Amino acid sequence: MTEQASQMTEYLPVLLPLVWAAILALAVFLYVLLGGYDLGLGVLFPLAPSDKDRDAMMASVAPFWDGNETWLVLGGGGLLAAFPLAYSVMLPALYIPIILMLMGLILRGVAFEFRFKSERSRWVWDLAFSVGSILAALMQGVIIGAFIQGFAVNDNQFSGGAFDWLSPFSVLTAAAVLAGYVLLSAGWLIMKADEALREWAYGIANIALVAVAAFIVIFSIWTPLLHAEIAARWFTPANMVMLSPVPLITAASIVALWTALKRRQRYTPFLLGAALFLLCYTGLGVSLFPFIIPPDITIWQAAAAPESQLFMLYGAVPILPIILGYTAYSYWALWEAPEHDAYH
Amino acid sequence: MFDLDPLLLARIQFAFTVSFHIIFPSFTIGLAAWLLVLEALYLKTGNRIYAETSRHWTKIFAVSFGMGVVSGVVLSYQFGTNWSEFSRRGGNVIGPLMSYEVLTAFFLEAGFLGIMLFGRERVPKGVHFFATAMVALGTVISAFWILSANSWMQTPTGFRVAEDGVLHVEDWWLVIFNPSFPYRFAHMVVACYLTTALCVGGIGAWYILREQSVPHGKVMLVMALSLLVWLAPLQLVIGDLHGLNTREHQPAKIAAIEAHWETQRGAPLILFAIPDPKTESNRFEIAIPKLGSLILAHEWDAEVKGLKSFPPEDRPNPIIPFFAFRIMVGIGIIMIAAGSIGAVLWLTGRLYTTRWYLRFMSWIWPLGFVAVLAGWFVTEVGRQPWTVYGVLRTADSVSPVPGGSVLMSLVLFVLVYGIVFGAGVYYIAKLVRRGPDETPPVPEKDEADLSHRPMAAAGNP
Repeated sequence: MTEQASQMTEYLPVLLPLVWAAILALAVFLYVLLGGYDLGLGVLFPLAPSDKDRDAMMASVAPFWDGNETWLVLGGGGLLAAFPLAYSVMLPALYIPIILMLMGLILRGVAFEFRFKSERSRWVWDLAFSVGSILAALMQGVIIGAFIQGFAVNDNQFSGGAFDWLSPFSVLTAAAVLAGYVLLSAGWLIMKADEALREWAYGIANIALVAVAAFIVIFSIWTPLLHAEIAARWFTPANMVMLSPVPLITAASIVALWTALKRRQRYTPFLLGAALFLLCYTGLGVSLFPFIIPPDITIWQAAAAPESQLFMLYGAVPILPIILGYTAYSYWALWEAPEHDAYH
Repeated sequence: MFDLDPLLLARIQFAFTVSFHIIFPSFTIGLAAWLLVLEALYLKTGNRIYAETSRHWTKIFAVSFGMGVVSGVVLSYQFGTNWSEFSRRGGNVIGPLMSYEVLTAFFLEAGFLGIMLFGRERVPKGVHFFATAMVALGTVISAFWILSANSWMQTPTGFRVAEDGVLHVEDWWLVIFNPSFPYRFAHMVVACYLTTALCVGGIGAWYILREQSVPHGKVMLVMALSLLVWLAPLQLVIGDLHGLNTREHQPAKIAAIEAHWETQRGAPLILFAIPDPKTESNRFEIAIPKLGSLILAHEWDAEVKGLKSFPPEDRPNPIIPFFAFRIMVGIGIIMIAAGSIGAVLWLTGRLYTTRWYLRFMSWIWPLGFVAVLAGWFVTEVGRQPWTVYGVLRTADSVSPVPGGSVLMSLVLFVLVYGIVFGAGVYYIAKLVRRGPDETPPVPEKDEADLSHRPMAAAGNP
């Protein structure tokens, strides 16, 4: 019994960081998926054919945006709790993009309530929604790019400059994330909008898909060039065989999505867009694992004390399925937009 | 370039963003609970006044809640952007508490808010009521975790400091239910209910004065009073107990609040003074002898520690705690008066006709917010110079971020929050002025065509 207990204590520091990395990866993925279509709507907002369409776009996401954004809060709060060292290095390193992202989220978030309450000044909140969404999406892209590039660390503190995050690579990841969010958002509108807006969304999705496919090719080449370890991981012969499904399925998904758009399918475009995100995400995970602050600090080095990770796990394991349950119920119950806006 | 002190700027920024944020939860915690009661009353009695009042205030709730959400997201990132050393060294303790807040409160609120706001016509009545209940529950759970985290920073227990300076938890129960938590949690939740009650009662009184939506105004005023009359005196008792607890665990904070420099028996209650940390004395002091000891320790002759008994580098600056505390207590007394006078008027049947009282109520509605902010300034400034009391200094908690970055973000926050707050207050004022929409009584199925009568249409302008 005591022997078993001591074995457990031995394994916990190895296992727990893996479990928490998986939970955080799930939270961030759900945010990218849900926040992605949500922010993408703001990007498409000024391009929408008519004011009526803008109303419909906003109404399609108004009941859900708060829940979508909570996954981002879990990403931040969970990083602090599970990997405090990573949190305390990354956030100062990404100070400017994070502050700008938060500003964007504030402006677009309040627009949901303010827009429907205003008459003469409605254009202000239209603008706030759109500018805020674009700013938040771009900054999230910059953050991903800077994260892949890595951070200067000295004595457990970020030791780089205020603009280290800004590079050609991170500018390009920003553009890629924007394109990806637009693809998701077009997929969302294809599911939710009336016929005219849907037709418009098919066109947008086509353009976005071309851009996303191009970005996937560019990053598949550029990312391994950044760190020799990443190249080694993908291109050593044994790994190449084992990892080959990732690029192959990605290519297949792009073709399938292209066909789905051609055939004017309703639900597959969003799902295939989500699949593309999942695949890119997996590819990124393969490239970076087990580093949480590339190129030096691993998830084990950055992990919170085992007793802290374990204490959170006791709650997270039962609560996360419940959250997913009521979130799904809310999407199901409020799926059909009301004919007239009963609330405002 | 001139010197920008990153520490001072980071402190100003956090004080600004957290003060801005706390305004909205102080309002929505009470409002969510009240909306739940209104919905329950409507389901039970079928009285449409409750439903109309609830629909109206749900809109006000939505605007306030939205502003609370967007300003709250900022805070969960600021621990890292601006206080990364605090996060790194305290993350083992603080992180799980905040993660539990996200998991048990934020998701609950956000997940059911959509149904509460948009689902009234689309889900069964019971489900809608359940959603409202879950949002209300979420606000209280959120308060539980964040006050636990804050209280632990004030009165830390259940941990040890490792050789590398990182804090490790030894006993979660002692961390969560740390010595000041029960008092601070009770004090804040009651403060939220009082803040909401003042707003609801004030607007109700204003409707009665304006002869607009009078039945709704009466419901608002009476329900608000029924809270105020009990909770305002109760808050005085809780505050007193909280004070005793602070004296035990953070005596330097008490000395700052009372502007006591010398340790003394039978300490006076200083009503007014301008404390001067340079000369370690008060100017323009007006004091009542011995009353300080009685209030702080419940004994005329009790010894009360003065600021001079702490090394200068461990003392909070008394100016803000001293004045903020007096503002808070003053408002508490006004609330007690408002509650008791209102109760007497109600019992004697003159509540709706005593115009000076209605006018008084319609003026004091924002005082709850002022008291909440003042109270937080007392406790947060009084904790200085520590982030984790006695363990981690504020100066050692700050991020390695250049002052220029912090100044830029501070300016942006002030600008954006200024615009957002201005617009939010404007739209809420607009909703208040418009008042509840009166719904015509729902016609029975077989007399549905009667609703075509001109009178029915006129009832719904």
